Amino acid sequence: MNNDLMTLSYSVSPEDFTRAGEASSDVKSKLKQLGVSPDIIRKVSIAMYEGEINMVIHANGGQITVDISAEAITMELKDHGPGIEDIEKAMEAGYSTAPDSIRALGFGAGMGLPNMKNYSDEMNIDTTLGVGTTVRMIVYM
Amino acid sequence: MDKFFHSVYLNEALCKGCINCIKRCPTEAIRVRKGKAVITNQFCIDCGECVRICSHHAKLIRFDHIDVLEKYEYTVALPAPSFYAQFNNLEDINIVLTALLYLGFDDVYEVSSAAELVSAASRKYIEEHPDKWPIVSTACPSVVRLIRVRFPNLIDHLLPILPPVEVAAMLAREEAIKKTGLPGDKIGIIFISPCPSKVTYSKSPLGVGKSQIDNVLAVKEIYKDLLPLMKKAKESPKNLSSSGKIGIGWGGSGGEAAGLITDSYLAADGIENVIRVLEDLEDEKFSNLKFIELNACSGGCVGGVLTVENPYVAKVKLKKLNKYLPISLTHFEHTEDFEQYYWSDPVKYEPVYQLGDNMPESIAMLNRVEELCQQFPGLDCGSCGAPTCKALAEDIVRGNAVESDCIHILRHHLYELSDNAMNLASDALSEDVSSDDYIHILRHYIGQLSIELSHLKSTRLPEDNADEKKL
Repeated sequence: MNNDLMTLSYSVSPEDFTRAGEASSDVKSKLKQLGVSPDIIRKVSIAMYEGEINMVIHANGGQITVDISAEAITMELKDHGPGIEDIEKAMEAGYSTAPDSIRALGFGAGMGLPNMKNYSDEMNIDTTLGVGTTVRMIVYM
Repeated sequence: MDKFFHSVYLNEALCKGCINCIKRCPTEAIRVRKGKAVITNQFCIDCGECVRICSHHAKLIRFDHIDVLEKYEYTVALPAPSFYAQFNNLEDINIVLTALLYLGFDDVYEVSSAAELVSAASRKYIEEHPDKWPIVSTACPSVVRLIRVRFPNLIDHLLPILPPVEVAAMLAREEAIKKTGLPGDKIGIIFISPCPSKVTYSKSPLGVGKSQIDNVLAVKEIYKDLLPLMKKAKESPKNLSSSGKIGIGWGGSGGEAAGLITDSYLAADGIENVIRVLEDLEDEKFSNLKFIELNACSGGCVGGVLTVENPYVAKVKLKKLNKYLPISLTHFEHTEDFEQYYWSDPVKYEPVYQLGDNMPESIAMLNRVEELCQQFPGLDCGSCGAPTCKALAEDIVRGNAVESDCIHILRHHLYELSDNAMNLASDALSEDVSSDDYIHILRHYIGQLSIELSHLKSTRLPEDNADEKKL
């Protein structure tokens, strides 16, 4: 087992919507235990939270893998959802395709992807319509 | 258990007998009698509007104080989610929870955490009972009290699930007994409440025979007690919170509905708005709604009369606290667990507005009410001590007031009195009256005047306990 790296895996279930956000919550508490600086914890938490919620609202859940090393925290969010039709449009602040039933909980402001880009140091999106989307983000220590 | 126990009460010494609270009470439960604005128990729903409006601070709320902790060996604090929204610049709910431990509580159990269980049970109940749509929320005890006296047709629509505070109290007690092995009376389950309605609930609950809440403290007092401890708590907050967006959101209007994850809902707040919605619901004006959330206070529980922060500012603070929380952090272990949080005692219609004991009697009384209303000027001025002319008419028919309580009728009687006195004076001066006739005329008029004077007695004013003088 490599002591220089910690890997966390989460299965984000679309079945129980009320569990959305728990994976990010868990990563946050692990980072606190690792003594990571509060600024970095904040960046990772927000970036991952927005990604996780997106997976539940839009893509029917998926898998999240988080690698933690002394240099960086890498997150891979992979789903088998419908894919993103227009990445440029989706990255626009305020643009959202979220349904009404969850707007009452505060979603649908259209800031998810823009926030993920702002809070991570590197981000890339791989998407194929009808197949799925994988978002990779890195936050450097 | 007194089903009409109330935490709202009047301090007579401070009451000026003005008309402000009688006009503001949404159930017309207050009357000025002998110069004091007294509350009629059966009509009061403990919404606290009278406390809000009284500028003389004569309307007060009964609640416990921090020294009540000394009665118990082990205490658990149950903070309402609205409590978190009282503090400025709060980044982490755990700071408040940790500070509560420093204040002297042995443990905390968040009402917001129990709220997530109530939301889960509600989602299931709503889906399983389309015959009861729209289903009406029952977390606000004032709304339930209002419905049981004034909207009996809607009782069937009530969500028969215990409110989050009661579920929290049940679970907190279970946990405390498991942890300490202490007998029930040594454990104190203590709720920190934003309103009087919930203080009343703890002594006179709805849906269950006895509440598991032992005592209720006021948000505004505990907020003050906690402030000096917040700095220390911030240094190393313990990980005590298990509430997500849904639970925290319950503190504001719309929060309970949001936890149901449906589009077909309506959320109303403020008691007058609630009454309007209930009237429309009774008239079946809502189709396509599954759920109706009702809060007696504007803004929701953050608008409760025992809070310190402005409700709209507090709502924003809840939103901020909520922002990066998971949707929900408290879940049921097994689906069979839902049933234990259902009401064990159904809520029954209390016909407090009924005039008589039977139909014929009520009809006669109602006719008399109409008759009286015709005589009154219809100004709803409040000078009689009742909020409206119709209310005075009802009071008279019930035997609680007299016609000359109405100052306009009183004025009319005085006019007649002075008219008769004038007649007496002029008749007495007229020519050719024998002394016997004169005495006869005098007696007649004095008799008349006595009758007129007896009409001047009023239940409204303190000095008026006029005895009738008979000749």
